[in-house]
Amino acid sequence: MKHALRLAACLLMLAAMPAIAAWDLPQLMTELARNQGGRAHFTERKYIALLDKPVVSSGEMRYVAPDYLEKRTLTPRLEVMVLDKDEISLERGKQKITLRLREQPEVLAFVASIRGTLSGNRAALEQNYALHLSGQRDNWTLNLSPSNPRIAELVTRITISGSRQQVRSIEYLQADGDRSVMSIEPVDAR
Amino acid sequence: MKRLRALPVLLWLLGLALCAGVALRAHYTADMSAFLPRSPTPAQQLLVDQLTEGVLSRLLLVGIEGSTPSGRAELSRSLAKRLEDGGLFLSVRNGDAAVLSRDRELLFANRYLLSPSVTPERFTPEGLHAAISESIDLLASPIGLMLKGLLGRDPTGELVELIGSLDTSGSPASENGVWVSRDGQRAILMLQTRAAGSDTDAQALAIAQIRSQFAALGSDAGHPDARILVSGAAVFAVNSRAAIESEAVRLTTLGSAAVIALLLLIYRSFTTVVLGLLPVASGALAGIAAVALGFGTVHGLTIGFGTTLIGEAVDYSIYYFVQSDEEEEGGWMKRFWPTIRLGVLTSIFGFASLLFSGFPGLAQLGLYSIAGLVTAAMVTRFVLPHLRPAKLHIHDIAPIGRALTGLWAWLSRLRRVVPVLGLAAILVLVANREHIWSSSLSGLSPVSSADQALDQSLRADLGAPNLRYLVVVKAGSREAALEQAESVGERLRGLVADGVLAGFDSPARFMPSAATQQARRNALPERDTLAHNLESALVGLPLRADRLNAFLDDVDKARAQPLLTPESLRGSTLALAVDSLLLERPQGWTALIPLRTPDSDTPFESARVEAALRGTQALFVDIFGESNNLYRTYLDEAILLSLAGILAIVVLMGVVLREPMRLVRVMVPVITAELLVMAGLVATGHALTLLHLVGMLLIVAVGTNYALFFNQADRNPGDDPRTLASLLLANLATVIGFGTLAVSPVPVLQAIGITVGPGAVLTLILSAMLAHRGPR
Repeated sequence: MKHALRLAACLLMLAAMPAIAAWDLPQLMTELARNQGGRAHFTERKYIALLDKPVVSSGEMRYVAPDYLEKRTLTPRLEVMVLDKDEISLERGKQKITLRLREQPEVLAFVASIRGTLSGNRAALEQNYALHLSGQRDNWTLNLSPSNPRIAELVTRITISGSRQQVRSIEYLQADGDRSVMSIEPVDAR
Repeated sequence: MKRLRALPVLLWLLGLALCAGVALRAHYTADMSAFLPRSPTPAQQLLVDQLTEGVLSRLLLVGIEGSTPSGRAELSRSLAKRLEDGGLFLSVRNGDAAVLSRDRELLFANRYLLSPSVTPERFTPEGLHAAISESIDLLASPIGLMLKGLLGRDPTGELVELIGSLDTSGSPASENGVWVSRDGQRAILMLQTRAAGSDTDAQALAIAQIRSQFAALGSDAGHPDARILVSGAAVFAVNSRAAIESEAVRLTTLGSAAVIALLLLIYRSFTTVVLGLLPVASGALAGIAAVALGFGTVHGLTIGFGTTLIGEAVDYSIYYFVQSDEEEEGGWMKRFWPTIRLGVLTSIFGFASLLFSGFPGLAQLGLYSIAGLVTAAMVTRFVLPHLRPAKLHIHDIAPIGRALTGLWAWLSRLRRVVPVLGLAAILVLVANREHIWSSSLSGLSPVSSADQALDQSLRADLGAPNLRYLVVVKAGSREAALEQAESVGERLRGLVADGVLAGFDSPARFMPSAATQQARRNALPERDTLAHNLESALVGLPLRADRLNAFLDDVDKARAQPLLTPESLRGSTLALAVDSLLLERPQGWTALIPLRTPDSDTPFESARVEAALRGTQALFVDIFGESNNLYRTYLDEAILLSLAGILAIVVLMGVVLREPMRLVRVMVPVITAELLVMAGLVATGHALTLLHLVGMLLIVAVGTNYALFFNQADRNPGDDPRTLASLLLANLATVIGFGTLAVSPVPVLQAIGITVGPGAVLTLILSAMLAHRGPR
């Protein structure tokens, strides 16, 4: 049965030769845009030159297409970050900070990269980054290089990888050489 | 004989010259001083300080619209630069990133003097371990990313401690490096004028400078479509002053022109009209002079009110000319003067009650009216007869009077309606008793609703502070005020922890008292001790001590650092935060601690704040409540005073008229008219303010004249068509005088107009209805 399917897929691919030649950005974006949202665990490691060990944090994420993203950090400290349309709010202990997205390039850099990727919004991504896609549909890697000099002052490269419509990891290489890697494990395995 | 006759004229001319001299040298104002209490309570004094000197009174909000986003940002920066150079502003803030980073550097350099976490325990191995762990944990958060670069110098996170305690939620949005509105369509600047809010001239100058600099910039830089919006308490003050000034002139001109036209139409004699206006003009001049002498300054509203005097004072000369025509020499004096004299006396009694008001605006009106009416009456009585040419004959208006006689007879038959009307009015008032009086000061505000809307929107853009709740401490010196502010801060922190307060501001945040700064500096250990403590503190943490040499250097430096003084903050926005909350007053220093309340859906428990402050000298003030209280006090007082005035009038008339029935006949029309006017206003949805009350006093003043004429002892006006005509004419003049006020866009003047106009007509009609008709 599996073989038959694979064969059928091969035939389909042959029939759509140009599409194969470019397991390309439009396809990835279309696929990502199909993702209506879901929940995931995440683990984030921040490698900071000053520290001997990475700072590790973990928690849950929830995404609702196209523009709601909640990141609930459970360790080492409870912190909830919510990105909703044009506002980003951060709650930590008794403090709650709300920022409007236009304000700071630092915040915008991260928000645009994550949200643009999750929602498959190529235009939004290309506003600030040059895109380069490699790998296959089941194991793709999207490189974002900042084209906006203000973002480039902070981030040298963002590497996002995943399979099909599911983002699996996001890596930020910061301009000062520090780097953070977030791995994402969906809760509802499909 | 001839010389003796000239004496009153000479005295009058001399008096006019003196009054003109006083009026010319008088100081005129149109600011809110008329609304400020004369003998305030401590809480009211604070309100007054805030209104005249405080931060809010100096705050101007500027919005730039049109052009492109980057064009607006460029305009915002150049305008800020020009205004800073102009010297009229204490501070010009537009969210410029460069300024903000300067502030941050200042905070960072002084973090060990400013951070409330700096205690000896903080630098023990345990304290250091806890603080550094916290900082490392923070690196996991997006916030940490912005602070990562500082870890080596500030591992205990004092800057986070400082910035974290700031209110960030209310800060404005920014785009292209400057503040913008939430929708991004406006660039926003926040200015603080050097001049106090009460100095309207200086405020007008500052506002004019903003506009002219912007106009110059707009054309230079090629942003022809860019617009500027300016708002703030000072703009309100300047605009309403301009409105009151132009209204005073416009209404006086309009009212005079209409009255002159009416008189010309009736008298058909130019000389008579000019003569007839002499008492009015003299009265107005005397009124201004009296106010200038009595109060030092004359308020624009008082002058605007002058137009009402035209309506009433012109009555005297109308009575004189119309009634004395064809009367033998001295006859008028005998027959009519006593009635007019009584009318003037009742007016004086009525207005005298206002003199005792704690509301200077009302007291000025009282004095102005008394001086004006007395002068007008005296000029009519003693000067006009001498100025009147021997052969002056006015157009005979007896035919009008004769026509009125018929009307009067008809009105008399309707007298039974009067109690019904009065009862209906009382019913309306009783049914609406909860909403008769306006309960807030806003009823008196001369600010247009468009201006208020603009201010609201700019304020919302900026997240400008809502200074409704304040804690105030007073002390003899700057240091003492700061120390008290710190101890109040200690008590308030508990309320913040309990969620009663969302937070509070304090001048001690950026300018701690010297004692506190010293204590913090003393808490810093010597380099060797710190290095030693650090070794053990870092056990188990991913941070090695040799990466923290900059920290040791900085603490070392801080130990020898001079204490912060007001001078060290100069030029930063931190200085503004301190200066606006720490005020020097003639009687000492005042520290203001604005409270931030939790979300609007949870009621604010002011009682808990008061409880927390018990035992301290600190005063909790609800500015909004206080201003409404103040207004309430004015209103209650004015109602009492007016009632006392009316009582005094009744007693006066009782004494003069002697017969109780005549007293009733004089007072019933006036009181019924008052009730009808009140009921009418309430029924048409007006909430009555202080100024309506003044209008009602005026009805008594004018109305008693009519009632008295209808109740003259010796003769009824019905027997004399000329007297009847003079009453109608006088009434028309009054209605014209007040009618012009009723169309004024300045609410205070409008209130008087819509009260007195209808009131005067009603009193005349009711007097006619109730007058005892003599035998034909």
